Amino acid sequence: MSTTIDPAAPRPPRAGGARTLAVTSGKGGVGKTFVTANLAAALAARGQKVLVLDADLGLANLDVVLNLHPKLTLHDVFTEKATLEQAILPAPGGFSVLLAGSGMVEYSRLTPEVRDKLLHIIDLVKPRFDWVLLDTGAGISDVVLYAISLAQDVLVVATPEPTSLTDAYATIKVLATQQERRQIGLVVNQANRVGEGKLICGQLQQVLQRFVGPAPGQTFKLELMGEVRADVAVKQAVLKRQLMLENYPGCDAAQAIKALATKILG
Amino acid sequence: MIDATALDLDQTLQLLQQAGALLPDEAPLTTAWLQAVLDALCDLSSRDALTGLVNRRSFEMALAREVDRVARSGEAALLLMLDIDHFKAVNDTHGHGAGDHVIRAVATAVAQTVRPMDLVARVGGEEFAIILPNCATHVGLAVAERVRERVSELAIEIGPGQMLSVTVSLGGAFAPQWVRSSPLLWTERADRQLYRAKAEGRNRACLEPQVDSLVSAEEKGMLFASLNLDTQQDLP
Repeated sequence: MSTTIDPAAPRPPRAGGARTLAVTSGKGGVGKTFVTANLAAALAARGQKVLVLDADLGLANLDVVLNLHPKLTLHDVFTEKATLEQAILPAPGGFSVLLAGSGMVEYSRLTPEVRDKLLHIIDLVKPRFDWVLLDTGAGISDVVLYAISLAQDVLVVATPEPTSLTDAYATIKVLATQQERRQIGLVVNQANRVGEGKLICGQLQQVLQRFVGPAPGQTFKLELMGEVRADVAVKQAVLKRQLMLENYPGCDAAQAIKALATKILG
Repeated sequence: MIDATALDLDQTLQLLQQAGALLPDEAPLTTAWLQAVLDALCDLSSRDALTGLVNRRSFEMALAREVDRVARSGEAALLLMLDIDHFKAVNDTHGHGAGDHVIRAVATAVAQTVRPMDLVARVGGEEFAIILPNCATHVGLAVAERVRERVSELAIEIGPGQMLSVTVSLGGAFAPQWVRSSPLLWTERADRQLYRAKAEGRNRACLEPQVDSLVSAEEKGMLFASLNLDTQQDLP
């Protein structure tokens, strides 16, 4: 399976606009951006037109993960110094990125302007892609919650670390109540053993059922979308700032990400 | 330097007098006197003429300050939006004069029900807003209910021997404590609850359900109860 799309075979994007998927995590450093970038590549390899939007406005690091040095970013689009076309860049892996850029710190506070601009940009890119992945910040700040609220679906990335699980639980709890989400996807990254994802997902679901509990007549489902085992190839790709799916396509983690893409495509 | 004698202050002084503003005691045209006149004008421009409450402009400034304060202090702060139920019917049936009586009576009752540190504003025709700084989340609904009850107990004299009762609907939301939000988002959230109160039949208070982002010891206990994260063994 190639991770680059064939430019000679253009096809119109999904009718009705891209599906929007927010990738978030309760805690930072759990591989949220890593999962987003590689998932984008896996979806692109399946012939999907994918845009990753760096919605981690305050502390964007998608450029670091992908080793990109953009001249124009979302910041320039916000300040009208660049058009959207100029700021959307091709990334390794055959997908497109819209990077936040370092000038975005001023947008880390959610003002009506930031909100409207983000909403506007997502509306503009939706007709051109099959998938828009929002790489949000970690935690439950209102910028993060707002970015998530713009997406149809949410993927929460967590590792089996107790702090990561606790923060993932808090995030899911807030999303289930405040955003009235009925279904949230879970990716367990850096799993130590086979089946750990299922175990963690089941446990989270139980606690949610007990302490959050859906409103009468409603159900809440936390669905395990992927389990990515701890893998030396991941560490190497991260350190070399390479896309794992391109450089270590045969490793266990790459297979897990491809399975995640398959599951997302339904 | 400004030549105070060259200023035409007739209209200003007339306006202040008409509004019942206390004119400065200082000798006219001194710096202290001018400052007092300006202060009186500021006060006048921040108040609603009918009720004497803070007006919409000053409410918005106060709300922005409160958002900043909450972000810094981490204190809980409640914003309540209040609307007089079926107010149009009051105007249509009893005339606008009666409507003004009702608005004034409600304004006074609300202002007397909340704490002195709370800010009550008239933000629209029959719509009021209350900012309650340092208001614990568990008492929010009780505060809103007390305001609602107090208004419903009023017998408002709208004409000689003519008494009228009104009810109000309230919607409220707490400022998110963990982040710096925006005044607009906060207002929208409280407004959404006000719509809910109206939709659920009026004469009630609805508060945004509290989202506790903290994870209790009980939740953590259950979360890790059977996980055995310290083993490397694969699962079936």
